[in-house]
Amino acid sequence: MFSTIFENFNYAIVIILMMTGLYVVFSSRNLIKKLVGLSVFQTSVFLLYITIGKVAGGQPPILVGGHGEGSGGAEEHHASAATNMLASGGEAVATGGSAHHGAEVLYSNPLPHVLILTAIVVGVATLAIGLALVVRIREVYGSIEEDVINEIDYRYNLEGTDA
Amino acid sequence: MDLLSSYPSWLITHGAALLIILPLLVGAITSVLPRERLAWIVTLIVTLICVVTSLGVLLDVYFNDAQLYKMGGWDPPHGISYIIDGLNTPLIFLICAMALLCTIYGLPSVAAEVEPKKRAPFYAAFLIGVAGLLGMVVTGDAFNVFVFLEVSSISTYVLVAMGASRDRRALKAAYNYLILGSIGATFFVIGLGFLYMETGTLNMADIGNILRDLDGGSRVSLVAFGFIVVGLGLKLAMFPLHMWLPGAYAHAPSFVTVFLASTATKAALYLLLRFIFMVFDPSFEYVITVVTYVLTALGCIAMLFGSLQAIFQTDARRTLAFSSIAQVGYMLLGVGMATGLGLAAGYLHLLNHAVIKAALFFALGAFWYRYGITRIDDFAGLGKMMPWTMGAFTLGGLSLIGVPFTAGFTSKLNLVEAALQRGWAWAAIVIVVASILAIIYIGRMLMAAYFQSPPEIDGEVVAKNEAPLMMLIPMWLLALLSIAIGVNADLVVEAAQGAADVLIGGGV
Repeated sequence: MFSTIFENFNYAIVIILMMTGLYVVFSSRNLIKKLVGLSVFQTSVFLLYITIGKVAGGQPPILVGGHGEGSGGAEEHHASAATNMLASGGEAVATGGSAHHGAEVLYSNPLPHVLILTAIVVGVATLAIGLALVVRIREVYGSIEEDVINEIDYRYNLEGTDA
Repeated sequence: MDLLSSYPSWLITHGAALLIILPLLVGAITSVLPRERLAWIVTLIVTLICVVTSLGVLLDVYFNDAQLYKMGGWDPPHGISYIIDGLNTPLIFLICAMALLCTIYGLPSVAAEVEPKKRAPFYAAFLIGVAGLLGMVVTGDAFNVFVFLEVSSISTYVLVAMGASRDRRALKAAYNYLILGSIGATFFVIGLGFLYMETGTLNMADIGNILRDLDGGSRVSLVAFGFIVVGLGLKLAMFPLHMWLPGAYAHAPSFVTVFLASTATKAALYLLLRFIFMVFDPSFEYVITVVTYVLTALGCIAMLFGSLQAIFQTDARRTLAFSSIAQVGYMLLGVGMATGLGLAAGYLHLLNHAVIKAALFFALGAFWYRYGITRIDDFAGLGKMMPWTMGAFTLGGLSLIGVPFTAGFTSKLNLVEAALQRGWAWAAIVIVVASILAIIYIGRMLMAAYFQSPPEIDGEVVAKNEAPLMMLIPMWLLALLSIAIGVNADLVVEAAQGAADVLIGGGV
């Protein structure tokens, strides 16, 4: 059992981070801490994607000796790289070496990294907006504790005026 | 056909790309425009172009055939492709038309609710939100969906928060929406990651083909399905995941509430449909189990729970927000039947509800604009104080209940028929019960408005003060449209049927 966990330790980290993040979001009553939890949660997904892209024993996806062989060879290389990129979605390809017809080098799948670059940008934007909102909430309510804010709103709802 | 032939051919060919790129680019420019009036005019022009383009695309699909637009000329499995078919063109047209109507309505409304220096950025965020929603609906690439989902969500958080100058609770609502919306989007992207592990591709049609070859795939795609359904469920306010919706609808500026209510949840529901029926397939055991038992059950609970909650609200906007949750339940019930008739009825209700709710929220916005009214207790005498606005509200309300010769009746009738054909008599009963509950919460507002006299302030009865024409026009357009659909629904029913055919018939 332990060997399985250690072999897939990055998945274990993904799960731990994911659960920690979600728990922090739901359990904390402080608006900043919630955002911290959200960030941890999103980071776990980045790790998950990067883990998918790694092929065991794979090189960085850089053309090897492509430029010296003339244009014909380079094109062939491109074509095989394209099919390979499409096929190597998971680690299944890494173990089945015969799938790499044409390509001499075993390389990691770069696509998940590109995807996750987008997701990181999205995460930063979300965090920025969230923090901006917390700043505004602090200005208006004078607190970033959810309980205090709910209390103020509750009194406002009952009386229709500011407390 | 005449109308279609008057379109230049490039507009039809590149319509899919134009619909997204135009609002996205112009949105960026709008944010730095110096004057709010200029920003409004630019927004109006852009949304008008979008409406014209989407109409052309709609007609093209109707008369010719579905088309696949290859972004940058790259072929589907590698490049990003945009799909234009019977399933999404009605929704594209709906989003564009709503954006245009909201913009018209926005001139007086935004001026009243948003601080002057924030108005140009407000329109910019709105345009980017429109681009995001259109992108979600048009794209045929699964990761692209996530990107557009977040583009539209992030701009929506900003738009909701802009309500702070009117009601400070908007900030809290926007914050809650941000937390839950981000969790939803992240769940969705986790699901996509698992799908990518299983299939090694991100093109939706390609994923669909590979999964069908694998006969549903292993446990990985099962997990992926779960994450995707929960993630999209958060975005479309499926019953237990609806907590963000009432606050966001109640405290956002009226303009934003209308746009959110009529498009945002609908686009997410569309994605759910596309993922269930075209990426995954109801022939997989886990998919049909979730659809039949989970979605149907949650839909029915949402119908009853949402309607009951709506009855006990004191705030008119919150009432209608909870009613929206109930209406999502109707649509989910239609999806849950997973028959051609049920899907068509669900899709029909999606279109009709967008029209009805937009009309109702337009009217609520006008009440606030003239008298600062949001609580139902203050509705007393509105029938005399704002007869035209209240008239539109009444038509919308009757349509929401499902009185014969209104749009709501048509779609509910179709739903009941589909339920009976599926052999689910109990579902028909739930629909009727939920409609009776709707009579109570709509009736409460109408009673106050028509049967109580206007309040007196300092011994004088409050004077009649009708909403400005810019607000009345979009409001009445939608109210009359909902009646027109009720009288003769052929066009809309045909569109919904076309969408259901695409879903049942399989991919492009």
